[in-house]
Amino acid sequence: MSTTTTTGAPVNAPWEELVTSALLGTDRRPPPTGSGPADGPAALLDAAALHTVRRRAALLPATGAAVPEAAPPDPRPPLPAAARRRLAQLLADRSAPSGSGRRGTAPDLTELIPQWLASAGARGFRAPADLLPALLDAARARTDLRPHALAFAGPRGLWLATLNPEWKFALRASTNRSRLPSTEDQEAVVRLWEEGLFAERVALLGAVRAQDPAAARALLATTWSTERAEDRLMFLDSLRTGLSSDDETFLEEALSDRSRNVRSTAAELLSALPDSALARRMAARATSCVNPDRTGGEEAIAVEAPHECDAAMQRDGVAPVPPSGRGERSWWLGQLVEATPLTVWRERFGGRAAQKVVALPVADDWGAELHAAWCRAAVRQRDPEWARALLGAPSTPPASGPGTASLAERSKLLAILPTAERADWVAGFIAAHGLSEAFQLLGVCAVPWAEPLGRSVVDALDIARDAGSYPWSFSGVMGLAERCLDPAEADRLEVLTTTPDEPEGASPGAGGYWSEAFRRLVSTLRLRAAMDAELAQAA
Amino acid sequence: MLLSHGGEPSGAADPVARWTVEQVLALAPDDASRKAGSRLGAAGPWSEAGHGGTGTVWGLCKGSGSKPYRTVVDTTGPAYKCSCPSRKFPCKHALGLLLLWASDGSALREGEAPEWAGEWLEGRRRRAAERAAAPAAGEGPAAGLADPEAARRRADRRAERITGGAQELEQRLTDLLRGGLAAADRSGYALWEETAARMVDAQAPGLAGRVRELGAIPASGPGWPVRLLEECALLHLLDSAWLGLDRLPEPLAATVRTRVGLTSPAEGPAVRDRWLVLAQYDTQDGKIVTRRIWLHGEESGRTALLLSFGAAGRSPGQALPVGVTIDAEVTPYAGGGRLRGELGQQFGAPIASASPPPGGTTGDAVTAYGRALLDDPWLDSWPATLRDVIPVPSGDGWQLVGAADGSALPIAPSGLSRPGLWKLVALSGGGPVTVFGECGHRGFDPLAAWCAEASDDSAGATVALV
Repeated sequence: MSTTTTTGAPVNAPWEELVTSALLGTDRRPPPTGSGPADGPAALLDAAALHTVRRRAALLPATGAAVPEAAPPDPRPPLPAAARRRLAQLLADRSAPSGSGRRGTAPDLTELIPQWLASAGARGFRAPADLLPALLDAARARTDLRPHALAFAGPRGLWLATLNPEWKFALRASTNRSRLPSTEDQEAVVRLWEEGLFAERVALLGAVRAQDPAAARALLATTWSTERAEDRLMFLDSLRTGLSSDDETFLEEALSDRSRNVRSTAAELLSALPDSALARRMAARATSCVNPDRTGGEEAIAVEAPHECDAAMQRDGVAPVPPSGRGERSWWLGQLVEATPLTVWRERFGGRAAQKVVALPVADDWGAELHAAWCRAAVRQRDPEWARALLGAPSTPPASGPGTASLAERSKLLAILPTAERADWVAGFIAAHGLSEAFQLLGVCAVPWAEPLGRSVVDALDIARDAGSYPWSFSGVMGLAERCLDPAEADRLEVLTTTPDEPEGASPGAGGYWSEAFRRLVSTLRLRAAMDAELAQAA
Repeated sequence: MLLSHGGEPSGAADPVARWTVEQVLALAPDDASRKAGSRLGAAGPWSEAGHGGTGTVWGLCKGSGSKPYRTVVDTTGPAYKCSCPSRKFPCKHALGLLLLWASDGSALREGEAPEWAGEWLEGRRRRAAERAAAPAAGEGPAAGLADPEAARRRADRRAERITGGAQELEQRLTDLLRGGLAAADRSGYALWEETAARMVDAQAPGLAGRVRELGAIPASGPGWPVRLLEECALLHLLDSAWLGLDRLPEPLAATVRTRVGLTSPAEGPAVRDRWLVLAQYDTQDGKIVTRRIWLHGEESGRTALLLSFGAAGRSPGQALPVGVTIDAEVTPYAGGGRLRGELGQQFGAPIASASPPPGGTTGDAVTAYGRALLDDPWLDSWPATLRDVIPVPSGDGWQLVGAADGSALPIAPSGLSRPGLWKLVALSGGGPVTVFGECGHRGFDPLAAWCAEASDDSAGATVALV
């Protein structure tokens, strides 16, 4: 660069003066360039240009800020190359704008992300560093992805989340076990318990409880009376894991807690302990209301609902005020039966098994109330025998079933049954009643579906096609089938992808749409098989 | 695809570089085709899909009609052919096929192209070979040089118009400074738009572009008067340089001509090298999309910039996957430090590459920028590779801090607003990485990164940050 300017102005005028002059205008504030007023603006620009280029050419690095702590190492092995490419595609597709209209025959990649993450996590792979931002973004947008996405993202994912406020959720959601002190280190445990953030304390309590339940209770007792009501509720809730009769004393005391929510949670936990004093008290109350009735020819159940909700009942967690639209007495009865150990009823009704007890007629229309309460008790006490009895045979029409017609309650009861039995029951239900009510029940079945269940779903879809309806009436089940059918079924389903002749009275064009839907099902299953194979490769 | 391997052993053991999903998606002309292409990027609708092992890919895609569409892609162009009626380019089938190729190793079989694809590929190959042979035969009176006298007269007329434009611009700048920049805030964008339009009339697109950028400065936040004065001053430097062009040494004169907007063809000598593709990114300027591709020559040590342009609805013609190495000739353009080049003949298919260009310290990077300003004072930035730097949060922004000496460059605002920043941070994990980017007076804009940590799965692989 030349050091003189085209107008011959001096070039070392201070920059601030040039800026002031430029801002106000050279007419008002002639630049300190020494030339005549006519040359003012050009001289100013010359000097400014020289200054600008000189400043840019003379740039030097600054002194760096302190380097933050590096991400903790992640010892898991890296993904195989093919699986890495697949993850990149799944995450890239997620950010594409969602289209509308027909789904066509191509698999919906977004729906496969949770499965991919679960599978990669189960195989213990480490997430590729450069895909962590997309992974965290995906988990931010979809809470259902979070547990698997964060586990897969690992310590580097958490480290990254501390740097970007948009990923704060990851710090909240994660129990962050890596930062917990060893449960052996008594001093560190006590310090974290007294000074830690709430989430850290919950995690700590869980960790200590897993090692030594008594120590966890002792830790909790040290600060119990000074905790806030919401926190007491959360801490109490964490006793749910690994609940045992050793917890009874602590829970009994919590029945006198200042907070109503804490009291009712304590009562709920105690009622799940069949040998607890509370369970015995509730059993005494419930058995005084529900009795064998031998007045008729056959044995039946007579119900005399409680007439009052006294202070002792309230202390044991019975809510005195029913929701609007429900009678007080039936509300109290429901709560008593729900909290009563189910084993009580066998004794009460002549040693009958659960199935026989459930089958007994109930006098005066109390049947629905009583059975619904038993359903809740079976779920709370995780009693498969009672769940089985209350579900009845899958072929029985829901309206005349033993326990409940509610699909939500049925799926809760199903969840207590062993995996294989669950799948068989739902398969039987679908075979008898078709798909229209099966969606919620399918949701509690283990993935991939057991063979009989998968076959009954596919058969039902095939029957629906033959009946001439449109596939989108079954889009929910179809979507579930894409995600849950065993990928090994793909070849067997290939035969369904042909477009059949339109049967008499079928909806116009339905055959083509069904063929498209089945093609998508088959290609999704193939894709899932490919994804599994990619993850199974050696890295 | 050219069959000439220039005497090198053919069929090298290096694997043919496969594109990544991100690279394929970057080819889409718009969001709708990106989405539609993604839907087709799985095995479902495809049959007879295969690849030739040298960057050619083909497949039949089931559409709504009875006959499937025939899709062929030559990734070295890239060039696309599809029997679908779409006007989008590349169409969703080409994108879907490339995605399938990128993400699913088992979906495409390697083999001979079927007849329908082979014809088109063969035709491309033949034409490329003819083009390569053409310059020798075409040295004579080519079409553009038919009448050198007329061409000279046209160039003179254009230079006169630019001179008129430069004089007018000079007048407007001095008027602005006479009245004060404070008034520029009030007069708003329209003043600059109108001036830019006058420069377009004067056939000086380079001046027009700079003028248009001035219009955005008053809204660019605190400190805008200083930035406006700097840019006005550099614009003044450019138009007065044009007006005094005959007194400038030739390399600087060439820079000024390029900056004003007079393009001259790339002039040799061509540099043949193994070029690593460092970065590819698009910027939108009005209806025109400009694509920048950065290359680094393994032997020559040169860094080259390929520019290509696309009108609305079309991707710029050139596309190279980041992280591969191509054996090719690059012919530099005059001016601007001879950074810009034109991609010539390519030899063989791109291969996957692992090692970054040799890098330097933060000090080396700003020094290189400072030196480049000697040749082109209008440069905003200069390419640089930083070795062993750590991204560190600093105030509202980020720095790249040298692991060895603790010296730091701020990350430029353009780099801060990009999602690639987080890729860089994730890749670093608080440890040193090698970063390629553009280093200038606004800071360092990271475009690609390499993690040296051998245990990492991305070890050595180029991670694109744009």
